[in-house]
Amino acid sequence: MQKYSIFSLVKNALTNHQDWEVAWKDPEPKKEYDVVIVGGGGHGLATAYYLAKEHGITNVAILEKGWIGGGNVGRNTTILRSNYMFDANSHFYEYGMKLWETLSQELNYNVMYSPRGIINLAHSDAQMNAYARRGNSMRLNGIDAVLLGRDELKKMIPFADFSDTCRFPIHGGLMQPRGGTARHDAVAWGYARQADSMGVDIIQNCEVTGFDVVDGKVSGVQTSRGNIKTKKVGLCVAGSTTLLADMLNMRLPIEAHVLQACVSEPVKPLLDQVVTFGAGHFYCSQSDKGEMVMGGDLDGYNSYAQRGNMPMIQHVLTGGLAVFPNFSRLKMLRTWGGIMDMSMDGSPIIDKTHVDGVYLNCGWCYGGFKAIPCSGWVFAHTIAKNEVHELNADFNLERFHTGRIIDEKGVGPKPWIG
Amino acid sequence: MLEIKCPYCGKRSQNEFSYGGDGNIKRPPLGEEINTKDWDDFVYFRDNPRGKHTELWHHASGCRQWFKASRDTATHEIFATCKMNEDFNV
Repeated sequence: MQKYSIFSLVKNALTNHQDWEVAWKDPEPKKEYDVVIVGGGGHGLATAYYLAKEHGITNVAILEKGWIGGGNVGRNTTILRSNYMFDANSHFYEYGMKLWETLSQELNYNVMYSPRGIINLAHSDAQMNAYARRGNSMRLNGIDAVLLGRDELKKMIPFADFSDTCRFPIHGGLMQPRGGTARHDAVAWGYARQADSMGVDIIQNCEVTGFDVVDGKVSGVQTSRGNIKTKKVGLCVAGSTTLLADMLNMRLPIEAHVLQACVSEPVKPLLDQVVTFGAGHFYCSQSDKGEMVMGGDLDGYNSYAQRGNMPMIQHVLTGGLAVFPNFSRLKMLRTWGGIMDMSMDGSPIIDKTHVDGVYLNCGWCYGGFKAIPCSGWVFAHTIAKNEVHELNADFNLERFHTGRIIDEKGVGPKPWIG
Repeated sequence: MLEIKCPYCGKRSQNEFSYGGDGNIKRPPLGEEINTKDWDDFVYFRDNPRGKHTELWHHASGCRQWFKASRDTATHEIFATCKMNEDFNV
């Protein structure tokens, strides 16, 4: 594989950029693979990469019904963080943060990791106490957290509404300085390129239509491009998980919901951090191009349509203007929607299933993007060793029957706000 | 914007309604010994089809009645709505 560097850039500039190698191949599916990964999004590509790199399993196919990176890895708001309180989440996402920090070097692909800090705004003394508690929990788990007062915040985001008369006056906030953003497409492409170079077949326009299961063991998958034999299948199809689980007679604690995001026209640098205004169902960061990248809540009814509806965009931006009034004259560039696997406790599921050889990676709710490296890493371990890793042991499917749910937000089994 | 026909008030904009989720969940019967698995299924497990979905809506900013709707989760088309004690005429 061609290494990307300043020298390769100069060399290819001399030949007018006509001689770059393809980043990944477009192979025909083989008859048989050691492992088949269903879903060529961030999680599927990362899983294949770590299977090859960490476990030496390179006879792997990624089956993607559309094109790689066309699902949620291309539809998120690119935020990275590990500001969780519960141990299971803290350990998992913090391991992920450490992978993010060196990901560009590891993949030889600039994922534009930007640890610009993520700030959660607080609007009451009670909320400041809750944030102090969460920040302390994070620090006990070795994660950086800083409790910010109103005056410190005023220096960081002076254009926010700091008046005393607004509906949600800003009292302070909790910041994770190492949180930030990364370039979403580059993550998919970087993993794809490295996985391909180690022998993984990335097969696009290939939809899985069924599974061959004999005596409780998987023996192959049926696809729109023919049958493929395999003894191990990993499902990384957030948004469509239930559709595949139905083929395996598996009922899951998941609902599909559409989550929208939007960007404004590009403007000069204004917002240095990621800011979340939970009270107003709004968060925002500024992309390197200058666009304000904004998001909020689910549309609020079951949906498999990768598009949303205006009432929620209006609701989110109304909240946005409450905290950042100076955004009022920004023009909107585009809006889009992605389908979330909303699990019933807000936490993911990375586990084995009742079918031998079928492994499940789903339930990412709002937060799948930041989890890509760690999810791929532990899912590859789970598939290769046929056992869960310590980091994903708590994210099991059984927890909905044992009572050990991981309900970080404490909202109960209802994935939407209505 | 969805246009939802409340069985009591007629067609109104989506803004007036809030969502109640899967309309096929049945609470385990009262006064009987229920095993924990049935409780878990009731609390955590839902129908999640791509296509026709029976669901509950609440005319929260209107007549405040709950009702049932049959809606396509991929196209968002609403086929029918009916009162809670009725069945769809489709």
